[in-house]
Amino acid sequence: MISVRDAVLGYGTRSFITAVNGVSLDIGSNEIVGVAGESGSGKSTLMRAIYGDFSTGLRLKGGSIRGTFEGYGTLDCSDMRRAWWDAVSYVPQGSMSVLNPLMKVEKQLLDGLPKRQRLAGRAAQRQDLEKFLAGLGLDASVLDAYPHQLSGGMRQRVLVAIAAYVSPKLILADEPTTALDVVVQKRILLMLVEIQRRLQNTLVLVSHDLGVHYQITDRLVIMYRGEVVETGATDEIFSNPQHDYTQRLIGALPDLAARRGAVS
Amino acid sequence: MKLLNFILGRLFVYVMVLVVGMTILFFVPRFAPTDPVDAMLAKVASQSGYMEAAQVDALRASLADTFGLQGSMIDQYGAFLKRIFLTADFGPSLSMYPTPVTELIARALPWTFGLLFTATIIAWVLGNFVGLLAGWRPESNPARVMEGIAICLYPVPYYIVALILSVLFSYVWSIFPLTTTIRGAPWSWDLIRSILWNSFLPAASIVITVFGWWIISVKAQTTALKEEEFIRYARLKGLSDTRLLTRYVLPNAILPQITFLALQIGLMFNGSLITEIIFDYPGLGLLIYSAVLQGDYNLLMGTISLSIVAVATATMIIDFLYPLVDPRIRHG
Amino acid sequence: MADIRHFFQDSPFRLHVGLLLLLIVGCIGLLLPWFAPVDPLEWYTAPRNQAASAAHVLGTTSLGQDIFWLLTWAVRNSLILGLVVAFFSTLIGVFLGLTAGYVGGAADRFLSFLMDALICIPTLPILILLAALFGGQLGLTAAGVALVLFNWPFPGRQVRAVALSMREREFVNVAWFSGESRTRILTRHIFPYLAGWSAANFINTVLVVIATESALAVIGLSSARQATIGTMIYWALEYQALLAKRYVWIGAPVLAIVLLFVGLFLVSSGLAMRSSDRRMSV
Repeated sequence: MISVRDAVLGYGTRSFITAVNGVSLDIGSNEIVGVAGESGSGKSTLMRAIYGDFSTGLRLKGGSIRGTFEGYGTLDCSDMRRAWWDAVSYVPQGSMSVLNPLMKVEKQLLDGLPKRQRLAGRAAQRQDLEKFLAGLGLDASVLDAYPHQLSGGMRQRVLVAIAAYVSPKLILADEPTTALDVVVQKRILLMLVEIQRRLQNTLVLVSHDLGVHYQITDRLVIMYRGEVVETGATDEIFSNPQHDYTQRLIGALPDLAARRGAVS
Repeated sequence: MKLLNFILGRLFVYVMVLVVGMTILFFVPRFAPTDPVDAMLAKVASQSGYMEAAQVDALRASLADTFGLQGSMIDQYGAFLKRIFLTADFGPSLSMYPTPVTELIARALPWTFGLLFTATIIAWVLGNFVGLLAGWRPESNPARVMEGIAICLYPVPYYIVALILSVLFSYVWSIFPLTTTIRGAPWSWDLIRSILWNSFLPAASIVITVFGWWIISVKAQTTALKEEEFIRYARLKGLSDTRLLTRYVLPNAILPQITFLALQIGLMFNGSLITEIIFDYPGLGLLIYSAVLQGDYNLLMGTISLSIVAVATATMIIDFLYPLVDPRIRHG
Repeated sequence: MADIRHFFQDSPFRLHVGLLLLLIVGCIGLLLPWFAPVDPLEWYTAPRNQAASAAHVLGTTSLGQDIFWLLTWAVRNSLILGLVVAFFSTLIGVFLGLTAGYVGGAADRFLSFLMDALICIPTLPILILLAALFGGQLGLTAAGVALVLFNWPFPGRQVRAVALSMREREFVNVAWFSGESRTRILTRHIFPYLAGWSAANFINTVLVVIATESALAVIGLSSARQATIGTMIYWALEYQALLAKRYVWIGAPVLAIVLLFVGLFLVSSGLAMRSSDRRMSV
């Protein structure tokens, strides 16, 4: 679905600052892939490039990033925006201000929705939305709320719901659980897993928190200083880490077994 | 609850504004170097030649009433406030005796209101529109040109713009009338055309002066908004630029402009006074001016009290519009 | 010296242009009046209705006054009025604003309502009333006092807001707990912080004051015995400079006031920009 070949990514035109240095990666369909690494490891930059968001001065200097989607053929990352909010959607790190403060949640769920998800008539659409939210354990009343009326955790769940209602082939989630307390964190992770199971699509989860990856990902990519140092099935990496950095990361985690047990 | 607090707080400020304003009006004549009643009587006497003693006494009483000079200071203050707030009675006009002041004001008010309202709306809409586009693409040449124009226009006082317009379009090229003369039967097409024709330059001078401020203010707002996360998120949803601009940037940029509009009302009112005088426009400004020239103190106190009430009320109405558009205040 | 260089290098472009304009107008208004050969207000000290010449750079009025020297006096009086009123307004505003924000409680509530109320009252009608009570001509002193009364709430409100936010700041608390006195905290810690905002506000007040006085003057309600930019425009209008096509007579004060105001606005907004930059980096 996504194929990254020797990608060199960075910022600035005159003096190029490298953030990702020669990364190759394949992401298949129907899987949950985790990207882990400390801040500055290049994981968010890589994610941005896969999504095709070059608005912040990001540049692909070498290599290639391509996505193949039904109905679009193979897209270069610079063309990826054609598939935005249809084949791909994304979940931002939910701070206070990701949602338009003057628009009700219902409107923001529908804004940008692809044609295939649109129903004739407002009532029918509303009914569909309510059913969809109920499936994710969200009350229909959030639809009529303005963002400032929701708690931080609820806002993040709404952001997940917005990305999922598109029914995309690929969802990219950028630190979706950072800065939330453990209980809310778990709810959101469960929600992501539930969505992936229902849509049978691909979820790429970027997080610095290895505990999060341990709980839901099938495959894990460990990044360190702009390079991929280790990749493999999540279970295998946790039971038998190869790279020094991975070993240190895992060694620093307390009581993993308990957390995994809590989710499954 | 938050909304109720907002409304009560705002109403309290409104009452405060009126009380402070009227208190100033009450005390100002007391600090004047001459006794306003005697000065007035002398002026009226010199203009009308001969006056009967009874007439002079009646006038003296009416004048003392106007300034609230009868009884003890506290009685005077109470009577003064009561007359303004409860009866809105300012006695007869002295220069147009015996027409009541309230009638003269009622005749002038629609002109000022119409002029100011129309000019404000035009300037606000135009300024917001241009400022929004300039803030959206700040590096483009039209945006730079518009900002340059705005910076040069904003600090220039309204009467200077009015003067320049009247010099250019009335003296140098006689396109528009120099002074206002409204002609035509009531409710006829001629009358409407005459009003529009005569109002063009006064309105244009107000629009031009206020317009610059809106461009500067909205542009700054838009530039700041573009960095907001929700705009970035909406962009990454693949929304078109037009939709981003109309549904995300515009409402959020306009919102603070409503508060600014409320703050500007007083300034714009000042401007319209002078503009009316320069163009001989038959509104409140001209009425105040002729009251000063003819020493008509009843009329002067009436028009000036009304100015304060009108500006305070307009400001409050605009402030009350705010929660209608901002859900964060409406649903606390 | 290094400080001055720093100031010029870092300040945005608009500050430079604004300072240049102010320098020109300041030169006209504060330096040149000393060199006026005669009192330019006196009538018939020069031939009437002259066009520009070597003897009379901008020509003369129909009352036999030299337009150029008259202009320098007018600019001087307007500038002095603006500066003096702005000085007292800022002084009172900073003092009462700090009191409100720092003392809080009932004093704060009273002062806040007073400031809100004064800001909402249109100044010009009150000045017109005053002028009428003074027999149709309001002297510069009386006008100045009235303008101070109506202009202190603008700096006052801003200073109050800053003082409120300062109360919560770390370094003020540190000073508080290390036992510094209230006055010392105000003068040593809060005032320097406020200086940038106050400067922008001061200049803004100068602008508003000159604009309001000349508005009063243009309709002939300011003192006829003192030249200001506004009275100069009034005289030109009154003696039919327009009908006589004497555009320099009326154009000179108009141009002076436009240059002055654009200069003041550029400097004040430039200063405000610098202040907000600095605040962010704190």
